[in-house]
Amino acid sequence: MRSPVRFERRLEQPKWLNWAIPVVSLIAALVLGAIVLLATGKNPLDVYSRIFERGFAGTRALSGSIKTATPLAFTGLCAAIAFRMGLINIGGEGQFYMGAVGATWAGLVFGGDLPTGAVVIVMALSGMVCGGLYAAIVGVLRAKFNTNEIITSLMMNYLAAIFLNYLIYNSTSYWRDPESRNFPAGKPIPDRADWNFYEVGGIKIPLAFLIAIIAGAAIWVLYKRTRFGFEVGVIADSPKAARYAGIRTTSTIVIVLALSGALAGLGGAADVGNFRGLLDSKGLQMSGYGYTGIVVAALARLNPISTLFVAVLIGGLTNAGFALQGPDFPSGLVGTLQGLILFTAVAGEVLVKYRIRRNRRAAAVMA
Amino acid sequence: MNSNIFVIIASSAIFYGTPLFFAALGGIFTERSGVLNLGVEGTMLLGGVSGAWASQHVPGSAWFTVLAAIIIGMAAGALTSTLLAFLCVTLRTNQTVAGLAITIFAGGVGLSSYFANIWKVAEAPVDRQVRRLDVFGWADAPVVGPILFNQTILTYLSWVLVVLASVYLFRTRFGLQLRAVGESPQTADAMGINVVKYRYLHTILGGALAGLGGVYYSLAIVPTWVDGMTKGAGWIAIALVIFGFWRPSITLIGAYLFGALQSLSSTLKARNVQISGDVLDALPFFMTIVVLVLVSTRFAHRRLGAPAALGVPYEREER
Repeated sequence: MRSPVRFERRLEQPKWLNWAIPVVSLIAALVLGAIVLLATGKNPLDVYSRIFERGFAGTRALSGSIKTATPLAFTGLCAAIAFRMGLINIGGEGQFYMGAVGATWAGLVFGGDLPTGAVVIVMALSGMVCGGLYAAIVGVLRAKFNTNEIITSLMMNYLAAIFLNYLIYNSTSYWRDPESRNFPAGKPIPDRADWNFYEVGGIKIPLAFLIAIIAGAAIWVLYKRTRFGFEVGVIADSPKAARYAGIRTTSTIVIVLALSGALAGLGGAADVGNFRGLLDSKGLQMSGYGYTGIVVAALARLNPISTLFVAVLIGGLTNAGFALQGPDFPSGLVGTLQGLILFTAVAGEVLVKYRIRRNRRAAAVMA
Repeated sequence: MNSNIFVIIASSAIFYGTPLFFAALGGIFTERSGVLNLGVEGTMLLGGVSGAWASQHVPGSAWFTVLAAIIIGMAAGALTSTLLAFLCVTLRTNQTVAGLAITIFAGGVGLSSYFANIWKVAEAPVDRQVRRLDVFGWADAPVVGPILFNQTILTYLSWVLVVLASVYLFRTRFGLQLRAVGESPQTADAMGINVVKYRYLHTILGGALAGLGGVYYSLAIVPTWVDGMTKGAGWIAIALVIFGFWRPSITLIGAYLFGALQSLSSTLKARNVQISGDVLDALPFFMTIVVLVLVSTRFAHRRLGAPAALGVPYEREER
């Protein structure tokens, strides 16, 4: 029996697919989500309109969504930059934690003495270095021993989570507030280490979101306009060809993973500097920004500029999920929707690669 | 003698290693057909929550309820991986991202948590469990009693499965054809083997086994449902497939090794051994990385390696 449709490889990829695929994927995900909601006795229209209201309608909702979008923009960029080279770094979660650890340390040490601007820079750098080094371990293992980076980077998420618990709950570390006896909590960074917010048309834009925009643009330039970006593209397409062309694949693997981790680490720094003001072990682990970042990057088709927009979209969804959580809006719902978006985004790639045609011969046979 | 710490560790290694083995065995079938399933963690959780729900709601005698829970959990796992097979085999998508999508969709903050919420699974304990047996009344026999004769029925099932799976993979025609599909789908197709059918069936079988692993968590290990209760076991299972060189017998040994590591924390705490709990919790994850590095250096280019077509979508050239 032949299938009624057949896939025909596209010889070139039309430009309009770049925005059409994410839009179609998103709509398809909402339809699939509606089926899940209907099957479990909820009214999808009601759920979606509430998500829209709490996520996107009005300046207050948008301020909240951009706040949630900020860490997602960094973890999305983290995933996008590595996936582009075919390196599946799913350790954004752990690299994000390590960045938060490094930035909190810098904020606590320098927050009292340096002027605000300098503290922000030191915190950001410290977060980037910690996240970057943490990811570089994965890179070295991959480059030197050819160890599967998917599993190592994921295992390191669990290790980083245990490390966070150790710092805040199971030790008297520098990061822990010594006054918190019964309810262990992180030590707040000094006020001077707090990052700024800017108001644009009533919407509060955190400084970190502006940094994310700059980072996204920088990555775009790096990948589109530099020799390094070109080499990364060659390695992604064919590692063998790259080696014959004299491109140093091993060092490029380590550099790309370190860059990827540095972006996640910068997100962790933003989480501490712009939002929480302390190392919040439980809050970080509950948010799962690293994993959501993968969804963001996939829906943005690994384009750094689109990643920023998609981050706002998914940030709105996540933010609405937090705000609505309750008995008739169970906690797993947003995660389910995000998973569906990832499904449809990867299924949508089929339309990029193939043209789907009706199988005429099969139709003739059946007639 | 049976309170000797080594006896306890060996006994719990098998107890905690069993779900890892089920998930890893599923991974062996799936990967032998050339499909990489990174959705094991999510599949296990969906199997676990469905099993827990069934254990609380299916009426009848205790053994019937437990049997129903096991079957429903496996069916949930099979259904989840049918979705993966559709994406990877029919739509020929990137298998890595498709698997990640399954884990995010079904995982600890996804559908499994959603189901647990709307079915109110976590609000009551899962009373009807898969309990440890006392085989031949030898559970108290010195040394071997707790290790071999005081396990759950699922552990004994897993021992049967090791033999069956090894025979199937290496001694039957179907196993040979399966391996051919995983090594070179073009050749297999030319020989008249239905590549799509083999990939679908073994991906679904793998999902059912992952679901069984999940049921083991919610019905044998923890008496109450907790979101994300497998805590990375699905990922360790994926590493175990590599560690076991895609062979059921070696994978069983690896599963018990990691079962021992996972149980170490609770075992040693109960005996007041002074070791940081965090170090013990970190051990399975750390050892997974160490094991993967060792395996990938020494044996990567030997014949024991991965199925050659693993992770590559098969595209039949049209005439």
